[in-house]
Amino acid sequence: MQKHAPEPSVPESPAAKQRGVEIRGVSKVFGAGQSAFRALDTVSLEIRGNEFFTLLGPSGCGKTTLLRLIAGFEQPTDGEILLGGEPIGHLAPNHRPVNTVFQSYALFPHMTVAQNIGFGLEMLKKPKAEVRETVREMLALVRMEHLAGRRTDQISGGQQQRVALARALAPHPKVLLLDEPLSALDYKLRKEMQSELKRLQSETGITFVFVTHDQEEALTMSDRLAVMNEGRILQVGPPREIYHHPRERFVADFIGDTNFLTGLVLSASGGSAHLRLACGGEVAASVPSGVNAAGQVTAAIRPEHARLVAEGAGDIAATLESLTFFGTDTLCHCRLADGTGFTARVQNAEPDGQLTAEGAPIGLRLAPGAVQVLAD
Amino acid sequence: MATTELDRPETAAPPEAHPEAHPEARNIEREAARRRWLLNLPAVIWLTLFAAGPLLVVVLYSFLEAGAYGGVEWAFSTDGWFSVLLTRDIFDETLQLQDAHLTIFWRSVRLSLITTALCLALGFPTAYFIATRAPQNRNLWLFLITIPFWTNLLIRTFAILEWIRAQGVVNSGLMALGVVEEPIQMLYTDFALALGMAYVYFPLMVLPLYASIEKLDFRLVEAAYDLYASRLQVLRRVILPLVSPGIIAGSILVFIPSLGAYVTPRVLGGGKNMMLGNLIELQFGQGRNWPLGAALSITLLAIVMIALVFYVRAAQKGAKDG
Repeated sequence: MQKHAPEPSVPESPAAKQRGVEIRGVSKVFGAGQSAFRALDTVSLEIRGNEFFTLLGPSGCGKTTLLRLIAGFEQPTDGEILLGGEPIGHLAPNHRPVNTVFQSYALFPHMTVAQNIGFGLEMLKKPKAEVRETVREMLALVRMEHLAGRRTDQISGGQQQRVALARALAPHPKVLLLDEPLSALDYKLRKEMQSELKRLQSETGITFVFVTHDQEEALTMSDRLAVMNEGRILQVGPPREIYHHPRERFVADFIGDTNFLTGLVLSASGGSAHLRLACGGEVAASVPSGVNAAGQVTAAIRPEHARLVAEGAGDIAATLESLTFFGTDTLCHCRLADGTGFTARVQNAEPDGQLTAEGAPIGLRLAPGAVQVLAD
Repeated sequence: MATTELDRPETAAPPEAHPEAHPEARNIEREAARRRWLLNLPAVIWLTLFAAGPLLVVVLYSFLEAGAYGGVEWAFSTDGWFSVLLTRDIFDETLQLQDAHLTIFWRSVRLSLITTALCLALGFPTAYFIATRAPQNRNLWLFLITIPFWTNLLIRTFAILEWIRAQGVVNSGLMALGVVEEPIQMLYTDFALALGMAYVYFPLMVLPLYASIEKLDFRLVEAAYDLYASRLQVLRRVILPLVSPGIIAGSILVFIPSLGAYVTPRVLGGGKNMMLGNLIELQFGQGRNWPLGAALSITLLAIVMIALVFYVRAAQKGAKDG
């Protein structure tokens, strides 16, 4: 199991050389016949070693199913899962060097905090002294030393969360799977745990596969993330790339706020295109690789990439309909010439800055690279 | 607020019952206490009439003299208790241990333990199976388990007899298949008793086991499995400790009636494989020794209680140690 697999044919970066989890054409169908439900549809994915990888998607998109397939709780209907270059399909969960932090924590109620953390090591038949030592280290790592002897129902939700983490980390798995572990925590605690998780990941060097439906969590914590919907993976990449260069409408819509405009491709070359927008005006747009920019297309523009300028100036003409004050920003709801709505997010840079009157005709200036052509 | 009550001992009434605390609150409190008592009244009456009362009668009778034709003479005597374990030789009046009684005590305890173990061994997989079915199908399985309860105990016991007697279904079948030449003697053996009692008390084991397995959070099973526990270790370290209340309850519910079983040993044990229940019945019937019967009944009660204390202690310790 420990032997090194051959190098991947196209090394992308040094990190890519360390093999994490490879998902090859995996499908999962629950039930049969009429009631069959395809939870995963030929999913392929490569999670690198030592990275913080996030599976992001709405509930029911198959992200938890994918996690359970990696853990071994479910068997794929089709396809193959490799860990460190070795297929693990034939291994039961207790033979996979993978541990899970469950959404419900699933702490053993009849054991103390320390017994919970030591359980995995004990099952691996580690010597008693080593178990004790590792449990002590883990308690320190999650800052729970003072509660080692408590029963798990005598500690708070945030503390239970940390015990669940320590329990899963104690056997030092190759991959740690986290199934929406922060969803039961309140806002402040969630923020704390987010940075805690980042710290643990970089300190332990273990590959984290983190499942969440919270796009903010995904953007702030991940090295890379995969956006999933209806059993398929739509886009994989670092948070910045996913946010700024969404390939599909669903991705652009699910992560952050987006304006969608239709336009006609006038010319396209390499990664860029020239569009004539339906609302009037011609703009330069970037085209993701693999997307065929021709004819009628949908383009995405982030609200913060548009600025309000005087009537007649800017890239697009619009009418300012209403303003929503957000403290740091103001949302400017505009109407374009073809009737579509457009929201621009303007930072309140000056305390008493003059705002354009509602109902006034204005121009919208788009930042360079703001217009994204989408695949659909 | 308790300045006037400083001289009272520490154990004085809690603040609510303070005589100078808000009188209205006290009235409400008193009213609630009265209602609680009223609600408890039917149970108290029932237990007094049908549990404490008869038990006192039994205790009283055990210290009286046996009447010549059954019943009791109203004179104090310890003969009943004496005869539980001892007997006086007819010729030289020396004291001897009552071997027959000891044999019956031992057989009762042994067979009850075997019955309980048998019910647990069969009942646990059964209850686990039912608890892991789809929720809408579980009631059907439970219903199937309880169906035998609908038939009279005596008839069910005779059904078992029909299976295991010398010309019964099992022996005829085995002989027809040529597995055995002579019928196997199953009836009137300890095997017959254990089988009969396990059959009769099986649902009493399955139901409480099901109740506690059904409550088990199967995500804990997954968690243990994820943390490198083998199937056996998952069972031993996670499932069994968590369902131990069901195991304890089921074992108690099977052990107690087994120890006092009367119909099953009577039918399946013949005359020679007597159990405590039959011995007691004998004293109130042909034996015409009510005080001994009463003393034996209390002995049975004592055995049950001692066994329970030991069992519950051991089970709790087992659950704690995992």
